[in-house]
Amino acid sequence: MALTEETRAAAREIIARYPAGRERSALLPMLHLVQSAEGCVTSEGVEFCAEELGLTAAEVSAVATFYTMYKRRPVGDWLVSVCTNLSCSLRGGEEVYRRLSERLGVGHDETTPDGKITLEHAECLAACDYAPVMTVNYEFFDGVDPDTAEGIVEALRAGERPTPTRGGPLCTFAEASRQLAGFADPRPQALAATGYGDPSVAGLRVAEQAGWDGSGPYGTTGNGAAGTSAATTTKGA
Amino acid sequence: MPVTPVLTWRWNHPGVWSIDTYQRLDGYRSLRTAFELGPDAIIKMVKDSGLRGRGGAGFPTGMKWSFIPQGDGKPHYLVINADEGEPGTCKDAPLMMTDPHSLIEGIIVAAYAVRANRAFVYLRGELIHAARRLRQATAEAYRAGYLGRDILGSGFDLDLVIHSGAGAYICGEETALLDSLEGRRGQPRLRPPFPATHGLYNAPTVVNNVETIATVPFIVNNGVEWFRSMGTEKSPGPKIYSLSGHVARPGQYEAPMGTTLRELLEMAGGIRGGRRLKAWTPGGSSTPMLTAEHLDVPLDFDSVMAAGSLLGTAALMIMDDTVEILPVVRRLTQFYQHESCGKCTPCREGTSWMVKILSRLERGQGDASDIDTLTDACDNIFGRAFCALADGAVSPIVSGIKYFRDEFTAAATARAQNNGSSATTTGNGAAAGGAPAATPGAYAGAH
Repeated sequence: MALTEETRAAAREIIARYPAGRERSALLPMLHLVQSAEGCVTSEGVEFCAEELGLTAAEVSAVATFYTMYKRRPVGDWLVSVCTNLSCSLRGGEEVYRRLSERLGVGHDETTPDGKITLEHAECLAACDYAPVMTVNYEFFDGVDPDTAEGIVEALRAGERPTPTRGGPLCTFAEASRQLAGFADPRPQALAATGYGDPSVAGLRVAEQAGWDGSGPYGTTGNGAAGTSAATTTKGA
Repeated sequence: MPVTPVLTWRWNHPGVWSIDTYQRLDGYRSLRTAFELGPDAIIKMVKDSGLRGRGGAGFPTGMKWSFIPQGDGKPHYLVINADEGEPGTCKDAPLMMTDPHSLIEGIIVAAYAVRANRAFVYLRGELIHAARRLRQATAEAYRAGYLGRDILGSGFDLDLVIHSGAGAYICGEETALLDSLEGRRGQPRLRPPFPATHGLYNAPTVVNNVETIATVPFIVNNGVEWFRSMGTEKSPGPKIYSLSGHVARPGQYEAPMGTTLRELLEMAGGIRGGRRLKAWTPGGSSTPMLTAEHLDVPLDFDSVMAAGSLLGTAALMIMDDTVEILPVVRRLTQFYQHESCGKCTPCREGTSWMVKILSRLERGQGDASDIDTLTDACDNIFGRAFCALADGAVSPIVSGIKYFRDEFTAAATARAQNNGSSATTTGNGAAAGGAPAATPGAYAGAH
């Protein structure tokens, strides 16, 4: 993989999203773009961004090294991130991480010798109600335990693509990075893949049991107080 | 049982992420009303509603909007803080993943009110499915004429960019977010001047949280009185409470501001395994922990503050009586150490040293003076940095020592009991974070 004329065209497309004179705003997406092309942020990638944006390589490096999603060594095909922050730890996230680390023989931010899997501890992934969670190329595998997590990783090593609990079907790290640069996912099935599981709608279930009819927001026409009176009419909207 | 689905009401409708379904479910109705009323009336309506920011600080939204100078000839910007990453906080991600148009509708109304012709969603990088759906929703909104030039014949123009970040908790701090959006390291700015006058590109800027902005169309559609019929006088409206940790049914529970933990636990099936509540955070890891004594504190901004904590993002991390507090505090402190941007010395150095002290206490290698050292360090960090990350970093330690001092003392005296041995005193699988960090760098590099 390399930086090509296509990469340059994509970079210019990114730059055009921001106001004239404010091109530097394109830097974060451009770093995702060069990472997509090269598997990590290389010195060539830094130079490329600097050149396109009229910055120095030092200015770009200062930014690239600040953010954890920019990798300085090539990432495997599958970036496996295990949340070990509090809500996940309370439900076994540390055990999940330890099992994967043992089975893969790698530690944080390390890649298996076959280049397939990079493992990392992640800080809170904003899915605390699905704890413990892990992501593969940023798609969620919710409510894992050491055994299910190991199964997912073994499937990846066997060349399979297990289906995430929430989020699109797995795509490569390069493809994911390109989406992070702001380009649409070309796969309609990715867009349609579910965005929620039970925890997201736990409150709605309670409301339904309390008499909310689900036809509109609480307390709007004909959809009165859940728990105090059952709504009988549907909301005109 | 108080439960008020408003922002969450469409979440279980299949396909609501597409514009056709969203419109069938009352979507984009508020735009026409807003354009008829005019920007000043919208600002007044949001002010009258009493809506307060849902990103943690609880600042009155209408007041924030009214700080934007009008007729100043400068471009104005609306920036949505979608950098959800506070441990325990998981409400904006499901909103954007299931119902992205509800955020975009709010953005259009808010941008119109503050006369911003450009809006950005600064989205946490890791939330790739949210990015996917928001980008698609943005494209659909352009095609439907809700974004772009002369929206619905109103003469109002708005461009919206979904901007993915790259893994830095600090970018949830609004001025660090603005620096990051300008293509720099995400480090907070000195204030004043505030973003209302000197924000993105040094121009007047409103920065609002996802949940805050998604609330606005409901106020426009249903009115101030309806909104104020929920919640308390000073914290009106519904709030998405996020329950995680040791509860039977973790999840999102949207209820009136001022709902108590006791009520929320009842909805969520109680503490897992019928155990007893030991500790909890009312609003994420940066808010001081509370205990079973606080089950009946109304969870609104003012009542939680009166109880010695903060409502924050209403992210309730629940810990039962199997939990040891010291590993919890150590793990959260490691988080702040990792996420400190390094700009301010007290935060950068302080979080790092506090992890070392907590780790040695946990290994049974500390002594009684460590508790005083921690307290002193916290005193010297709180309020002495550019941004609130430093203040948040001391919350677990200060509240941990306040309510569970005996556990710190027991750890501090373990050295004598161990006869100076360095054997670990933890390793209880029920505690957060199985192993104390032998080297604080064990988690370095994670986000």
